[in-house]
Amino acid sequence: MARNILFNVIQVLVVMALAPLATGILARFKERIQSRRGPSVFQPYRDIWKLFHKDEVVPEQSSWIFRATPYVVFVAPIFVALLIPVLTRYPLFFAFMGDMLGGGFVLALAGFFSTLAAVDSGNPYGPMGASRTRMVGFLAEPVFMIVFFTVSFIAGSTIPYIVHKHWVTPLSNFIAPSHVLLMIAFVMLILAETGRLPVDNPSGHFELAMIDESKSLEYSGRGAALMKWGSCMRFFVLCCIFLNVLVTPWGLTAGETTEAVLLAVPLVLAKVIGFVVVIAVIESSVAKLRLFRITEFLGAALVTSLAAMITRFLES
Amino acid sequence: MSGSAAVLPVFEHLNGLAAGLFLLTAFALVAVRQVQACLRIFIVQSVLLAASACIQAYSQEAVHLFILGWITLVTKAVLIPWLLRRTVRREVYVRREIAQVLNIPSSLLIAVALALFAYFIASPLLAVADGPFPRVNLPIGITGLLLGAYAVTVRREAIPQVLGILAMENGAFLAGVAIAPGLPLIAELAAAFDVLIIALVMGLLTRRIHERLGTTVVGEMASLKED
Repeated sequence: MARNILFNVIQVLVVMALAPLATGILARFKERIQSRRGPSVFQPYRDIWKLFHKDEVVPEQSSWIFRATPYVVFVAPIFVALLIPVLTRYPLFFAFMGDMLGGGFVLALAGFFSTLAAVDSGNPYGPMGASRTRMVGFLAEPVFMIVFFTVSFIAGSTIPYIVHKHWVTPLSNFIAPSHVLLMIAFVMLILAETGRLPVDNPSGHFELAMIDESKSLEYSGRGAALMKWGSCMRFFVLCCIFLNVLVTPWGLTAGETTEAVLLAVPLVLAKVIGFVVVIAVIESSVAKLRLFRITEFLGAALVTSLAAMITRFLES
Repeated sequence: MSGSAAVLPVFEHLNGLAAGLFLLTAFALVAVRQVQACLRIFIVQSVLLAASACIQAYSQEAVHLFILGWITLVTKAVLIPWLLRRTVRREVYVRREIAQVLNIPSSLLIAVALALFAYFIASPLLAVADGPFPRVNLPIGITGLLLGAYAVTVRREAIPQVLGILAMENGAFLAGVAIAPGLPLIAELAAAFDVLIIALVMGLLTRRIHERLGTTVVGEMASLKED
């Protein structure tokens, strides 16, 4: 019991510590693919450190929502990290609190707050980005739902610890059509939800074209640091959900000793880095979609997830 | 139907994977905006079709299905694209925005509805031809057929329409291989040759249209007649 709580804490610390690294590696890989040198992989840590030491400026007209949002954005991925398998194959102490849908709602709460805060800030670009994020969000929502329903339909559960075992027992389940199609649909979702390239340009600095970035424009100092760290963790947590729950449990430990759990950290990190390379390649090979073409991108994701559902129906 | 119970789950999954990706390409053929991409997706679809035939051949130890798979690969993934590229000028392929009757999101929704419709048509048929392969391939084949027909109606450009017709044939083939694996080879050969001729004739026709009118947006040709 006490050890399970300890592992849970380790899991959260791993997410907090490694999330900026994953983002940094992604940025670095993208620059390398575009044959530039790029910033160091530790740049996100330096940015966050620097922001923590700066003064914070808050818009005069803003309400408590603006001040509370960085904390919500920061804490929500930590909550999700308590629920999902990051390092272990077996459920840890807090895992009973929610299934994958619960985790999705917690992440959506953070999105909701950052949207409100963007409107609250009074910056004209904030509400624009917020409404665009909502547009992407409500188009992505049905896909999320169908993915989760298909997963629960295939594995007979929405609890991530039961789901991830299903893909490799027997091993041939891994190449089941519904599994492969689900993975494709979820990668498209991750790209849309974390503001990656075909949908939004994460490294763009042009306010009119921003979707995700413009929501946190008004933040400075500690607020900006928390927002940045929170969005890194959100990306990391989504990667963990994808890699550990929807792809395979490989790399997760089944052992119950502290060493075994710590040994899983580099394995999981290697998995995340592998996925980050894939995302960097995708991001470097597609162009940003026009705003109203995003509908088509997410429509394609919807059709992919529906195809997963259909093939699942046919196979059973 | 040699021993439907003896099929290894690996082959079942592999065939399902080929069929599932086939379904995806069928959707993509309706939704893609570029002529070039349409042709590439058609090639991928044909490769998947051939893969499905070969997987079934391997698991049922049926040599003629193997031959069939290879014929499909050669005619549909190599010869037909080559013919279409040869007969129609390059300007047609570099068009990036295909004229459509409906916009793409609503097109996709209709395509999904058609897929569900195909599933309901196929389910009574499955009572006759049950087995791990027909169960997956028959509904997806019918979906491919309907989506090909849909592409023909909704696209206004000649080449995507031709590809729609060929995709219909692909869908019919995917279903046919699974429900009647014992079809004589000569019939399949004739069908493959037929498709080749269809592609050639339609390619030449498109070329003529393009030469005469400078465009291949055939959807606008109804108004030409009236003036």
